[in-house]
Amino acid sequence: MVEHHTVKAFDDDIDKLRGLISEMGGRVEAALEEAMTALIRQDIKKAEAVVEADQRIDALEAEIDRLVVQTIALRAPMADDLRGLIAALKIAGVVERIGDYAKNIAKRVPKVASHRTIEPISLLPSMAQIAGEMVGDALNAFAARDAALAEAVVARDTVVDSFYNSIFRTLVTYMVENPKTISECAHLLFIAKNIERIGDHATNVAEMVYYAATGSYLPERECPTEQPDS
Amino acid sequence: MSARNVNVFYGEKQAINDVSIDVDTDNVTAFIGPSGCGKSTFLRTLNRMNDTVANARVEGEITLDGENIYASSMDVVQLRARVGMVFQKPNPFPKSIYDNIAYGPRIHGLASGKADLDVVVESSLRRAGLWDEVKDRLKDSGTALSGGQQQRLCIGRAIAVEPEVILMDEPCSALDPIATAKIEELIHELRGRYAIVIVTHNMQQAARVSQRTAFFHLGTLVEYGVTSEIFTNPREDRTKDYITGRYG
Repeated sequence: MVEHHTVKAFDDDIDKLRGLISEMGGRVEAALEEAMTALIRQDIKKAEAVVEADQRIDALEAEIDRLVVQTIALRAPMADDLRGLIAALKIAGVVERIGDYAKNIAKRVPKVASHRTIEPISLLPSMAQIAGEMVGDALNAFAARDAALAEAVVARDTVVDSFYNSIFRTLVTYMVENPKTISECAHLLFIAKNIERIGDHATNVAEMVYYAATGSYLPERECPTEQPDS
Repeated sequence: MSARNVNVFYGEKQAINDVSIDVDTDNVTAFIGPSGCGKSTFLRTLNRMNDTVANARVEGEITLDGENIYASSMDVVQLRARVGMVFQKPNPFPKSIYDNIAYGPRIHGLASGKADLDVVVESSLRRAGLWDEVKDRLKDSGTALSGGQQQRLCIGRAIAVEPEVILMDEPCSALDPIATAKIEELIHELRGRYAIVIVTHNMQQAARVSQRTAFFHLGTLVEYGVTSEIFTNPREDRTKDYITGRYG
């Protein structure tokens, strides 16, 4: 992709778009990390900041949408340019959803703040770290048009799914033994589910990156032997 | 219509290098490529239009219904009726609209008598999408029509002799967008009845009107395939660089 367009303004549009996607990705990764830190440290202020910051992510999505539509209308893109623009449009939508999940995690922080003794909570940061890395790698793959990196992201989703299944069972067991914690545990369960969904969305981003880079779709993944429990 | 290992030379200079391609009536075929890539030269070999160029030489085999069109037994006048051509600039004869259409059928003896000729003229103008606009002024000069109408008249003139193939060399480059849209609609209507090959500089037009696209570069056929594939996922880097505007 070293070749430049004869019309330089087209390159400028594409560079700007890729910059916006990078910014959006960076903010979403940070949102997830901060939300998890807020959860572990019971830091309600930090959690509120995550919720607040989501507005900027939504605004970025709207800006990307506008720029993609404008570029398609004015530049009539073809081949890898067209695939890249369509991928950018879809990726922006998916990344915005990932931001919503991070916000949702942050919103639950006050609900579980007084129950730091619940043991399964200790598994969540590792799970979130992997999901966050998937998001980061998927967006790096987009920036570098790296199909191999995108494929690696897709392969990692099963790890997140396994984490979720494990946390699900642990929480259910914990709730059976400590019925008074059911309300808090339910929140933790939703948080685990949110992280699991973030992994799925990162996988979607990676699949779009693969398509944009190669022009073909990733072969349908074989069904994991263990489906997420719910 | 089928071309195999075609080479074209202008004197010492080779303009077309080993091109093989098939075109059929089911698909409109677009030839795209930068200026000087040989797409028009190759188009002209398909009805021996290059015969008129003094030092042009064609090697290889081009067949129409299995017949070699460069065989000495081939009647070039007949060939050009079977493989019609429409040019960049509309070139109606300085005669009436009626006579423009009737000219071919008359010299090829395709109509027996006035009534028969009237039918050919009407059906050709209808197929060219021009009948409703000119039916009340068939005696007017063809050159009095607008550019877009003149071009449709030229298409009608080509159709009138019942060709098998219609070659179009940038048929819309002198027309405004509305007239262009009418020609494109006409190409769409004619598909299936004739094998249509269109040379165009306008890639959007190639994408709109064709089902097969051939990309020429420096006299070679770089890539030939389904239009939607060529424009979304070309196999060759040279094709990609050209259609995305990175060439040159």
